[in-house]
Amino acid sequence: MAPRNRGAAEPAGQRELLSAGDVARTVARMAHQVIERTALDVPDSAPVVLLGIQTRGAPLATRLAARIAEFSGVAVPTGVLDVTLYRDDLRRKPTRPLGATQLPPDGVDDRLVILVDDVLYSGRTIRAALDALRDAGRPRAVQLAVLVDRGHRELPIRADYVGKNVPTSRTEEVHVRLAETDGHDAVVLRRTGDGT
Amino acid sequence: MKHLLGTDGLDADQASAVLDTAEALKRTLLGREVRKLPTLRGRTVITLFYEASTRTRVSFEIAGKWMSADVVNVSASGSSVGKGESLRDTALTLAAAGADCVILRHPSSGAAHRLAGWLTEAGTSVVNAGDGMHEHPTQALLDAATLRERLGDLAGRRIAIVGDVLHSRVARSNVNLLTTLGAEVVLVAPPTLLPAGVRRWPVTVSHTLDAELPGADAVMMLRVQAERMHGGFFPSAREYSIAYGLSEARLATLPDHAVVLHPGPMLRGMEIASAVADSPRAAITQQVANGVHVRMAVLYHLLAHEEEMA
Repeated sequence: MAPRNRGAAEPAGQRELLSAGDVARTVARMAHQVIERTALDVPDSAPVVLLGIQTRGAPLATRLAARIAEFSGVAVPTGVLDVTLYRDDLRRKPTRPLGATQLPPDGVDDRLVILVDDVLYSGRTIRAALDALRDAGRPRAVQLAVLVDRGHRELPIRADYVGKNVPTSRTEEVHVRLAETDGHDAVVLRRTGDGT
Repeated sequence: MKHLLGTDGLDADQASAVLDTAEALKRTLLGREVRKLPTLRGRTVITLFYEASTRTRVSFEIAGKWMSADVVNVSASGSSVGKGESLRDTALTLAAAGADCVILRHPSSGAAHRLAGWLTEAGTSVVNAGDGMHEHPTQALLDAATLRERLGDLAGRRIAIVGDVLHSRVARSNVNLLTTLGAEVVLVAPPTLLPAGVRRWPVTVSHTLDAELPGADAVMMLRVQAERMHGGFFPSAREYSIAYGLSEARLATLPDHAVVLHPGPMLRGMEIASAVADSPRAAITQQVANGVHVRMAVLYHLLAHEEEMA
């Protein structure tokens, strides 16, 4: 088999890490892992809620819930968390528009909340999400699911479910593209050139 | 954005950004037990009020506190202003004491612009909370937020602003903002209560309330500002009320979807009948609720990002 679409459709300096097919398979595998770890299809298990972090965590949470429903028959409530107001870099970055936070109707109290995001990097977004979650209620436990873990953590945070571990350098960027936000599914690695 | 001095300087994108932020904040806080966000931790916001105010001062204070800023209230009575300190010295004192933002209400038109000139160097933001007969931008923003909730997109909507336009900073700010957002504005008032240059404003002018109501998507009633009136602007309060007051009978001539706004404080029985103010068509308490979210949004856009000093 020929090597998979290495930069054929991507501009120079970019490398495809996951194709559209890989993204679908990865999400399916993560769904199986969530079912196994949480035993959500067993009666009397703690109710699970998937919360996608704006922006690309939100469609990922919806897809994960669809796969979970397909494999286990359990409809897991989903929600969206916008963490902009809780970020620690607001002062340094230009003012960002706010996204919507939408919690499931029954809230997060006493549920097993699984935060869903596209890329885990410094861990600061997850720190902000944990703070935002604290204001939204008191979950029984919180877990983290990410499509790509690219390393370089700046906080003591790790993911419970990882789609793909990618060793990266800080001069590289990982871009997750999803049909819902970008028109097609792919994960690409891009070199930014300057090493700063 | 460094200061918010009026709606005159706001373009459609900036105004929509503030309104979108306010909407997102409202949805974020809806039904939450803890209505506090850590966004402006460590920022100091000072309200400096040279005029009486209930809702504006309270809603700025709540907005600041819900964003976790430290809010200090200074009013002219009870401060060194009473000893004769000038606005400039008071402002420089507040900036030196560490204010990141000064929210000013002042009886003189243009006071906020002067203040911004003195405080830009210190890196302090200024928000105009009403200057004389000039502008009251956050009121116009909260009116627009309320209208957007009730009517959707404002482009092409017809809004009647009724009453004491001459003395009203709310009317000026609303004319600027509503026309920027694409709405049509018609001013309805007796000739004595219209400003001299009104023919050059981007509005239509009418002296007959009854003629304007059936075609209006919203009616904004203004308070008759007796405290700024020196002389006879109309024969009697009763005659004004008969010609320009929004009575129940007049309310019935509005289209079914039309909204009634009033910036408060209301004079019931003068510009608005009590039954109209309490009817479900009136969005007056909704305006106050939106006022908090709009002011949170303004503080977010002014203070969340630390601008590099040039």
